[in-house]
Amino acid sequence: MMELICPAGTPAALKSAIDAGADAIYCGFNDETNARNFPGLNFSRDELRKGIALAHGRGARVLVAINTFPRASAVDIWHRAVDDAVNAGADALILADIGVMDYAARRHPNQRLHVSVQAAAANPDAIAFYAENFGARRVVLPRVLSVPEIAEITRESACETEVFVFGGLCVMAEGRCSLSSYATGKSPNMQGVCSPPSHVVYEQTAEGTKSSLGGFTINRFAASEPAGYPTLCKGRFSTAQGAGYIFEDPVSLDATTLLRGLRDAGVTALKIEGRQRGRAYVESVVRHFRHALAALESGSETDIASLKPFTEGQASTLGAYRKAWR
Amino acid sequence: MQLSLGPVLYNWAPERWRDFYFRIADEAPVDVVSVGEIVCSKRSPFFADHIPAVVERLQSAGKQVLLGSLILVSLRRERRQTEELAAAEGVLVEVNDLTCLRALAGRPHAIGPFVNIYNEASAAFHAARGARRICLPPELPLTSVAAIAKAIPDVTTEVFAFGRVPLAISARCYHARLHKLAKDNCRFVCEKDPDGLLLKTLEQQDFLTINGVQTLSHTCANLLGEAGLLHESSVGSLRLSPQDCDMVVVARTFRDVLDGREDADGGSRRLAAAYPSVPFANGFLWAEPGHVYRQARSGEAQGSAAQTGSL
Repeated sequence: MMELICPAGTPAALKSAIDAGADAIYCGFNDETNARNFPGLNFSRDELRKGIALAHGRGARVLVAINTFPRASAVDIWHRAVDDAVNAGADALILADIGVMDYAARRHPNQRLHVSVQAAAANPDAIAFYAENFGARRVVLPRVLSVPEIAEITRESACETEVFVFGGLCVMAEGRCSLSSYATGKSPNMQGVCSPPSHVVYEQTAEGTKSSLGGFTINRFAASEPAGYPTLCKGRFSTAQGAGYIFEDPVSLDATTLLRGLRDAGVTALKIEGRQRGRAYVESVVRHFRHALAALESGSETDIASLKPFTEGQASTLGAYRKAWR
Repeated sequence: MQLSLGPVLYNWAPERWRDFYFRIADEAPVDVVSVGEIVCSKRSPFFADHIPAVVERLQSAGKQVLLGSLILVSLRRERRQTEELAAAEGVLVEVNDLTCLRALAGRPHAIGPFVNIYNEASAAFHAARGARRICLPPELPLTSVAAIAKAIPDVTTEVFAFGRVPLAISARCYHARLHKLAKDNCRFVCEKDPDGLLLKTLEQQDFLTINGVQTLSHTCANLLGEAGLLHESSVGSLRLSPQDCDMVVVARTFRDVLDGREDADGGSRRLAAAYPSVPFANGFLWAEPGHVYRQARSGEAQGSAAQTGSL
């Protein structure tokens, strides 16, 4: 059966994910070394040690994401994160930067390494590069691939593959996007944030609510419309060819209906996005996929409507898994 | 300080593309020219026939030629194309995705601004495996640029100094999406926008530029004012990215400022005349939002450039 990899932004969420049936939990330290560096989120060293002990006691594994790109002259902070995660007993490290991978592979040769989605390894040759140079055992695939392309990768690669099945969908290739820093000066690669709340303003105007990021209007909502969060690539913009959601509609990825195809494609693990989400989200989404996986094993149908409250704008997409998305 | 010309990122008519490079070979004071379709593999066949002539003309004019690899490689034919490129002899490959590195197997190569090198450790990793030139990601601040350049003295460190800044790459084609076409049947509608398609906010504020699967800034990078600081920071090359404007004038302007024949303010006025209606930006270098343009800062840097004389 495919493994279920679940997000935890807090120790409480970690426990909820285990209770709901996660095979593994991924989390990060509460600093700039991980790509969900939000205030009040993530784990102290002590919390990580306790979280790993709890998970191991319940038969679950913990994967530690150290997946931003170290600031020049401050690489030590990332190296320390690697050492501390290894010493805390992490089952795997999820890494993005070549230099950090090189360090981890040399310093901790027995530590299992996963290639983060932020490394954007989108084909068997790029994956082989990480496997050959750093002994990477698994790659989290970028959200730019269709299911047949994923099947081709698993056929050709010695690495295990992990794919996202639910949550916020990057429209751009992950780890290769500076849209947020262009508007705000803060980027996923460097600060571990995208479209950060510190740069968001909601304004009431005669036409309704206006949301902006770093001074750029990202969307406008009529009084009757719910005002969504201004994630840059999911805003409404205008061009000579027309206006609207130019990059992507405000939707979440939900690949529940593709589980069979992903299994047949040889995928090892399914990942749920959302370390920034609360316990209710983690609990419900993990439980949903646990049931869906059980149903897949037994050949029975699954209720695909039940995750609606947890999707952005109450709408979902199959994203790049369906080729027509492109 | 070298000047390099990055690859044309837009979908230009093939003959125009060829003639552009012929003129660069004949007239532009650039030392290095990176050639090839790196944004969209569907466009590549249109330019393939012209590449040998363009490379020969540029090399005859004394330019070092780099062949750029695709930024995003996912299809089988894209992998094949990348592998063939890596086998090229007589020219250095400019790697824009790690896919290419495995095929190069340690042979000397250049690295383009689409490979994530954010620190001295990853730069050293690449240098040890054959990177001779590294154009750093445009979002890096000067402090990082300086730390990296100092750590790899045998490698030419390059900074993105002119042109709309590439910000993102996607599997989805926004030109096709806007024209309500499937990507596989896109009719190459991006050719209608040789300088990209302007994306504005709903308040009509200029914001970004769409170029098929790529998204760029609306603003145009202009690091003329920072040339002196970059030189002092061990940066060895400035990259000029082709826009739909007179790139020979752009290259001459940079050369004149680097050689002390013109100051940065005068140079910027010439750039503004050559590429009108597009505001300048240098925010990334100052660890500010990328769209910001700090003229006061360039004033300080300019003094520093003047002291250095010819860079």
